[in-house]
Amino acid sequence: MSDVATVPTVEQAVALGLTRDEYALVCDKLGREPNEVELAMFSLLWSEHCAYKHSKKLLRTLPTEGERLVMGPGENAGAVDVGGGWAVAFKVESHNHPSAVEPFQGAATGVGGILRDIFAIGARPIAVLDSLRFGEPTSERSRYLLDRAVAGIGHYGNSVGVPTIGGEVYFEAPYEQNCLINAMALGLGRTSDLVRSAAAGVGNPVILFGASTGRDGIGGASVLASAELDDADDAKRPSVQVGDPFAESKLIECSLELLAAGLLVSLQDLGAAGLTSSASEMASAGEVGIDIDVARVPLREGDMEPFEIMVSESQERMLCVCTVDNAAAVLAVCEKWEVGGTVIGQVTDTRRMRIFNGDQLVGDIPVTALVDDCPLYDLAPQPPSTPLYAAPVATLAAGDDPLLGLIGSPNLSSRRPLFEQYDCIVGSRTVRRPQEADAAVLVLEGGASIGVSIDGNGRRVAADPYTGTVEAVLECAANLACVGAQPLGLTNCLNFGNPEKPHIAWQLTESVRGLGDACRALGVPVVGGNVSLYNEGGEGPIYPTPVVGMVGELLDPRRAAGLGFARDGDAVAVARVGEPSLDCSELAKLRGEPLPDGLAAVDVAAVAALHDAVRGAVRSGALVSCHDVAEGGLAVALAESCLAGGVGATVEVSGGEVELYGEAPGRAFVVSGAREDLERALPSATVIGTVGGEALKIGATSWSLADLRHAHRALESLFP
Amino acid sequence: MAAADGTVRARVLVRPKAGILDPQGIAVQRALPALGFDGVDHVHVGRLIELDVEDPDQLPEMCEKLLANPLIEDYEVQLLA
Amino acid sequence: MRFGVVRFPGSCDELDALSACERVDGAQAVLLWHGDRDLAGVDAVVIPGGFSYGDYLRAGAIARFSPVMESVIEFAAAGGPVLGICNGFQVLCEAGLLAGALLPNVGLRFLCRQVRLEVVSADVPFTSTCAVGDVLSIPVKHTTGRYWAPDDELDALEGAGRVVLRYAHGENPNGSARDIAGVCNAAGNVMGLMPHPEHAVDELTGSTDGLRLFIGMASAVRAGAGV
Repeated sequence: MSDVATVPTVEQAVALGLTRDEYALVCDKLGREPNEVELAMFSLLWSEHCAYKHSKKLLRTLPTEGERLVMGPGENAGAVDVGGGWAVAFKVESHNHPSAVEPFQGAATGVGGILRDIFAIGARPIAVLDSLRFGEPTSERSRYLLDRAVAGIGHYGNSVGVPTIGGEVYFEAPYEQNCLINAMALGLGRTSDLVRSAAAGVGNPVILFGASTGRDGIGGASVLASAELDDADDAKRPSVQVGDPFAESKLIECSLELLAAGLLVSLQDLGAAGLTSSASEMASAGEVGIDIDVARVPLREGDMEPFEIMVSESQERMLCVCTVDNAAAVLAVCEKWEVGGTVIGQVTDTRRMRIFNGDQLVGDIPVTALVDDCPLYDLAPQPPSTPLYAAPVATLAAGDDPLLGLIGSPNLSSRRPLFEQYDCIVGSRTVRRPQEADAAVLVLEGGASIGVSIDGNGRRVAADPYTGTVEAVLECAANLACVGAQPLGLTNCLNFGNPEKPHIAWQLTESVRGLGDACRALGVPVVGGNVSLYNEGGEGPIYPTPVVGMVGELLDPRRAAGLGFARDGDAVAVARVGEPSLDCSELAKLRGEPLPDGLAAVDVAAVAALHDAVRGAVRSGALVSCHDVAEGGLAVALAESCLAGGVGATVEVSGGEVELYGEAPGRAFVVSGAREDLERALPSATVIGTVGGEALKIGATSWSLADLRHAHRALESLFP
Repeated sequence: MAAADGTVRARVLVRPKAGILDPQGIAVQRALPALGFDGVDHVHVGRLIELDVEDPDQLPEMCEKLLANPLIEDYEVQLLA
Repeated sequence: MRFGVVRFPGSCDELDALSACERVDGAQAVLLWHGDRDLAGVDAVVIPGGFSYGDYLRAGAIARFSPVMESVIEFAAAGGPVLGICNGFQVLCEAGLLAGALLPNVGLRFLCRQVRLEVVSADVPFTSTCAVGDVLSIPVKHTTGRYWAPDDELDALEGAGRVVLRYAHGENPNGSARDIAGVCNAAGNVMGLMPHPEHAVDELTGSTDGLRLFIGMASAVRAGAGV
C-alpha cells in the first residue's frame, strides 16, 4: 500500500466528522484501517451533505413518478417533458454554510454549482432563480450578507450569460446566524439527448476538464454543512471556494459541444467533495471501478498531497468518460474552448476506487463502501415541549397604518433594488420579468412556454411543519396558476437545524410528510432536490424552511397574466377557498405576536380545484391581471396590483382586519378584467370593486398611489 | 536587480485619471469613517499588475497598448529590486 | 444581406444578436469566431454584449486584439457597417474605432432596466428608419456603461452629429456624460451603444424598437449595393 508513515487515528477521523461507529464501519468495509487518502474520501462522502444520512429514508417517501417525468431523483438534475421532443431540467441546491462565511463567493459558487448539475445532464442552462433568507435588516451583518450575496449571484449569473428570472428574499431573526442561500437552475435539452452519469466501458479513459485544481474548499462544503457554525467561522475561511464565471461559460460550451458531437460515454460535474464524489458516483452508477492518477491532475498550487487533490473543491471542473477512440477528439474540443482537458484515469472492472500517485497506489476502496454503504439513520422525532423561537420583535406601533407598515416592511417592500442587479433577459426567452407577474415565464425553442416560481416558508412551517409545508407547495402552484401554467414537476431544498435533536427531527419528518401529501394531491412529482441540515448556532435553529421550485407549462405565453391592474373600469374580484386568518401572518409578525401552535388545516383538494379554475380563466384570456394573495393578505395584494399597474382601485371589503390582512397561502387570488368576461370565466370569484383613480380605496379608507409607492420603496435604503 | 534567469520583476500601478469621477474611490472614502477611520481624503481605486520581464524597456509600450487605457488612466512603472 | 456576429470567449448575447439579425426580412446571420480572420463575406458586423474574456483587465481590452478584430478594423476602414452593443461598444472604444471610453456605472452596481432613448441623429445607417426625436424603449444591462470622453471631444462629437442616441430625460442609468447612450465615428459607419437593441425585437419579450437598428443597417447595405 502507500508509504504513509502513520495511519490516521480514530480521533482524527472524528475531527473530520465521522462518528466512532462510522469509523469502525469503514475499517470493517476495508478490512483494515484507512490511510490518509482513504479517510479523507470517506469523511466527505459519508458526510451529511453528500450522503443524506439523516434524510434519505424520509426523502424516499416523496412521490417521484409522473407521466411528464423524464429524469427523476438520483441524477445530477431532474427533467420534465415539455413537448416537441424537448425537456426542461431543473434543480435547487443550497449553499448556506459557505455563504455565511463568505457571502459573495458562497452565493456565486452556489450558482456555479447548480448550473453544472444542469449541463452535466446535457441541458443548456437557461435560467436561475434564488431564494434567500437573512436576519432582520436592522442587523449590520444581515445587511452585509444580503448585499454581498445579491452581488455574488449577479456577478456569476450575469457573467456566465444565464438570466436570473425570479426569486424571493425574507428577513427573520432566526436566520441571523445561519443565512439561507438556495439557488435553482433550469436547462433545456432534447429529451433524447439527456445523459446520465454512469461510467462504462472497461479501459475507457476518464478525462478531467475545466479549471486547474487548487486548495479551494478543502473540507469546504461537505464538512461545513455537517457542523453547526460557531464563533470560529473565520478559521473556516480558507475552505471557501472561489468561482470564475468566465471559466464556467467556456465549460458550458465545451460540455455541450462534446455531447452534441456524441463524443462522451458519460459526464459528471465536480461539486462537493470534488474528484472523490464525482468519480465514485460515476463508478457506482455504472457498477464499474475507476483508477485515478492524481499526478496527472493539472494543479494550480505546488506540493498538493494526494488527499488534497482528491477532495479539492476548485470550481468549474467536469469529469467525463469516453471511448479510447474518441479521446483525442475530446481533448481537441477542450483545447478549442481553452478549458484544459487531461486524461487522469480509466474505467476498470474492479468495482474499486483506486487512487494512484504516479506508480504508487495511495488509496484503494470498494465503490459500494464509499457510495452505497454509508449508514442511514432513522430520526427520533419528538414535538417540542416548549416554544423553540422567540416572538418576533414588534415594529408596528399601535397608531401606525397597517397597510403602509406592511408594504414598507422588509419582507414585502419592492425587490427592485435586488432584481435590477440581475440580467433577466439574456437568451431572449423571458416573457415575464421580475415583478411583472407572479411567476417568471419563458418561451422556449420548439414553441413551448413555461412558468417558474420558487417559494419557501419558514415562520409558518415553524408554527406547523406539516401545514406550513403544504402551504409552501400550494403557494408555488398558485403562482404558476396566475400565469396560466400547469405544474409539471417540483424540486425542493429542505433547510433545517440539527436533525439529531428530536424537535428538529420532528420538524423535518412533519415537513416531508406535508411535502409528499401536497405533491400527491396536486399530482406533481418531485424531480430532485437537496437537503441542508445543521443550520443552527448558539442562538438556536433556523425556522424549518422547505423551499420549493416548480416548473409548469403554459398553452399560450401571450396570455400569461401580469399582476398589475391595467384599465380603468375593469372589475376587481377575489377568488378563494377557505377563510383567511391573522395567525402567523405578516401583520402578526409586525405586531410582535408569538408564533401560534399549529395552523388551520387546508382542504388541498378544494385548493387544487381553485387553481384549475384560475388557470383556466387566465388561459381563456378573460383576465387582465391575476395575483396570488400571499403575505400581508388581501389589502397588500390589492396595493401590489395597483402599484404594478400604476393605477388605483376602489373596493369594498367587509370583515375588518381578518379580511384585509389575514392570510391563507396559496388559496386566494385577486383578479381584474372586464366584468362580464371575469364573471363568465371565473364564476366562483366575488367582485369587490373597480380599477381606476390615483388611490387604493378600501371602504372608507384611502391610500394614494404616491404614499403606497413611497412606502413600497423601503428596501432601496439597503442598497445605497 | 535582475533575477538569476535575467528577468526583472516589475510592478505597474494603474490609476484613474484625475478629474474623472471615481465612484469606487468615493465608495471607499465613505465606508472608512463608518468603520471608525477618520481623517481620510482623496481616495482613488486603481489596479496593480505584476510581471517578470526580460526587457523592462518594453514596459511603457505594454502599458500604452494593453495594461492601461491612456484615455482614462495614468500608469506608473516600478522595477523591483 | 448577411450579418456577421462576432463571438468571443465570454460573449453572452451573441445568439440573441444572431436571431435579431435574422428577423430582418431577407437577412441571414452567421457567427464569426474570434480566432478567425475570415469575415465570411458578411455585409455588416455586430459585436455583441457579454463579458468577453471575463472583462479581465478592462472590459473589451483583450478582445480588441483578437484576430477577428483585425479584420473588423479593416472592414470598418473600408466603410463596412459595424455595430457594437454593450461589451461590443467597449471593444470598439478600446480598439480606437470610436472616441471615448466606458467607465463603471456611478451606482457601482450592475443594472438591468428598460430605458427610453431619444434618437439624436438619423443620418447614420443604424437610425435611418428613425426620425430625430423618436423615443425607443430598449433595455440596458451592464456594470461598466458610463460613457466618458474629455469635454473637447464631447463638444466635437455633438457638433459633428456623432451622438446618435441619448438617454431620455431622467433615464440615464449609469452617469454617462451628457446622457450619451450611443455614438458613431466620423464616417458614420461604426456605431456603439450600451443599450441592447437585440433584446427589443419581439413584442412577446419586450418592445420591438431595437429591430429598427438592424433594419436600418440592412437597408443601408442594400441601398449601397443597389439591391
